[in-house]
Amino acid sequence: MSTSKLTLQTDKSASMLQNLDEKFNNFLRIVALPIIGLVIFMLIWNIGAKQVDTSLGKFPGPVEVLQQSQNLISEHLEERARATAFYERQEERNAKRLAKDPNAPVKWREYNGRPTFIDQIGTSLITVLAGFILATLIAVPLGICIGLSSSLNSALNPIIQIFKPVSPLAWLPLVTMVVSAVYVSEDPMFAKSFITSLITVSLCCLWPTLLNTSVGVSSISSDLQNVSQVLRLNWLTHVLKIVLPSSVPMIFTGMRLSLGIAWMVLIAAEMLAQNPGLGKFVWDEFQNGSSNSLGRIMVAVVVIGLIGFCLDRMMLMLQRWLSWDKTSVAR
Amino acid sequence: MNSKAHLEISGVSIEFPTPNGPFQALDNVNLKIKKGEFISLIGHSGCGKSTVLNIVAGLYQATKGGVLLDSKVVTEPGPERAVVFQNHSLLPWLTTYQNVELAVKQVFKGKKSKAEMKEWIEHNLSLVHMSHALDKRPDEISGGMKQRVGIARALAMEPSVLLMDEPFGALDALTRAHLQDSLMEIQATLGNTVIMITHDVDEAVLLSDRIVMMTNGPSATVGEVLDIELERPRDRIALADHEKYNSYRQQVLSFLYEKQKKVEPINPAQTNLSKVASKADEPKQVSA
Repeated sequence: MSTSKLTLQTDKSASMLQNLDEKFNNFLRIVALPIIGLVIFMLIWNIGAKQVDTSLGKFPGPVEVLQQSQNLISEHLEERARATAFYERQEERNAKRLAKDPNAPVKWREYNGRPTFIDQIGTSLITVLAGFILATLIAVPLGICIGLSSSLNSALNPIIQIFKPVSPLAWLPLVTMVVSAVYVSEDPMFAKSFITSLITVSLCCLWPTLLNTSVGVSSISSDLQNVSQVLRLNWLTHVLKIVLPSSVPMIFTGMRLSLGIAWMVLIAAEMLAQNPGLGKFVWDEFQNGSSNSLGRIMVAVVVIGLIGFCLDRMMLMLQRWLSWDKTSVAR
Repeated sequence: MNSKAHLEISGVSIEFPTPNGPFQALDNVNLKIKKGEFISLIGHSGCGKSTVLNIVAGLYQATKGGVLLDSKVVTEPGPERAVVFQNHSLLPWLTTYQNVELAVKQVFKGKKSKAEMKEWIEHNLSLVHMSHALDKRPDEISGGMKQRVGIARALAMEPSVLLMDEPFGALDALTRAHLQDSLMEIQATLGNTVIMITHDVDEAVLLSDRIVMMTNGPSATVGEVLDIELERPRDRIALADHEKYNSYRQQVLSFLYEKQKKVEPINPAQTNLSKVASKADEPKQVSA
């Protein structure tokens, strides 16, 4: 009896050990290994950066980048403080004037400070999302039409294939000229630079969504089409109840690709067109050519990467929330 | 009995265009079906059973001849000829309830109130014993359950004719037997007219009033029709050593494996031999 108890105990401790082993493996995979990878990368970066001499000083290592990111944040805070101070002074001045004479002419001015790094991030994010939404609004309905009609597909496919690989930089001059010719108004709701970036982004990023949507729609199973026919669903119900849900996984795959492209295109477009945003920040720093410039550009590089990653994760979460096919969201 | 046919398949032939010229799948298929009759179509795979069903459903158009339902020509698919597909064909993003709801909403739009529709959907799902899984998606239930929901969806359309394309073909033997019993029970209650395609001789004899045996394609047609005069309700265990049952079984088997023996080439040398040995009265032989 005592021996059986003993074996039972060893069994228990063995399973506990196994459990611990599993936990350790998970910890290693999820936490430890990525950190080790990051640390090694930092070391190589640090050593490598010291070897590279440029006319603007040494290539920035991790430490410089950290310092510069702190600088950029404090510059932003200073700028904000200056703006609030400006508005406070203005309000005080105007209040005094009105107190003296209620009919005195009062001027309200906007604060014209330099946009900081943080402001530029905001501008870029708004532009990329606007461009991406415009592209989606065009690509999904058009993709559905192309997927449903093989003649439309044959008609449009060559055009799509030709325009798909065009670089944003080739579109940009054309878009700029067209926007400045067409978008004329006394009191424009949006800045021209914003419209230019938005259209360039849309033109370049609508293709993956368009193609994936049309493939998703045209590959809908014939069984489901038969069901729709037997039920005599009309065209609109057929599209809304059968076609759209069954191609949702493919549409999302396309949209994720599109958003990735949109973000890459935007930075290039801003840089070349001098439109406000992160791209312009990078270009300005490059032209500025101070000893801090490379470090500040490197901060922008890291931030651009992080934002791109976050945008992708957001799309993934949206897909998880909206798509019925949870298996297509594995990666 | 009502002598006028409820559903009439008359002189149906169909050709499919292929790169090597037209392929005649069916040639002059004739069949009259009475209201409430349960018909099985049986034959070797590739003989055009599904094509007949699809023509009745309106999914294919016959090249010659046509289908009359209550003296009206069938030209397009419609819910009065509901189809139970082999692969259940449920919409994977909808729950069991919603799948049936889609059909009910479409068929009874303006005829039933919301509450009546809800009751009708639940009633049909309870007919197939699926009331416990109203909120389950197709990927959360077993193959047999999916097929049940497919049947419920078809029944919910209140069809004049229920068309079933090998409804139990993809299921294991036990589940299949269970569903066959359910189907007999439902048919006894509702008295639907049913055309079912099957490969399974036992299934055909157990369920049908008549078995329609088809010759091998190309140019397949109705070979023989066998009336099954077994009392209902039928019990599979009691029938297992029933004399008549076994004689029906034997007749179907003899049609399939002697008269319409399918030549499957095992190796090229054997194919030639069996071709010579095959019966002369057959229209054409397929060597797959």
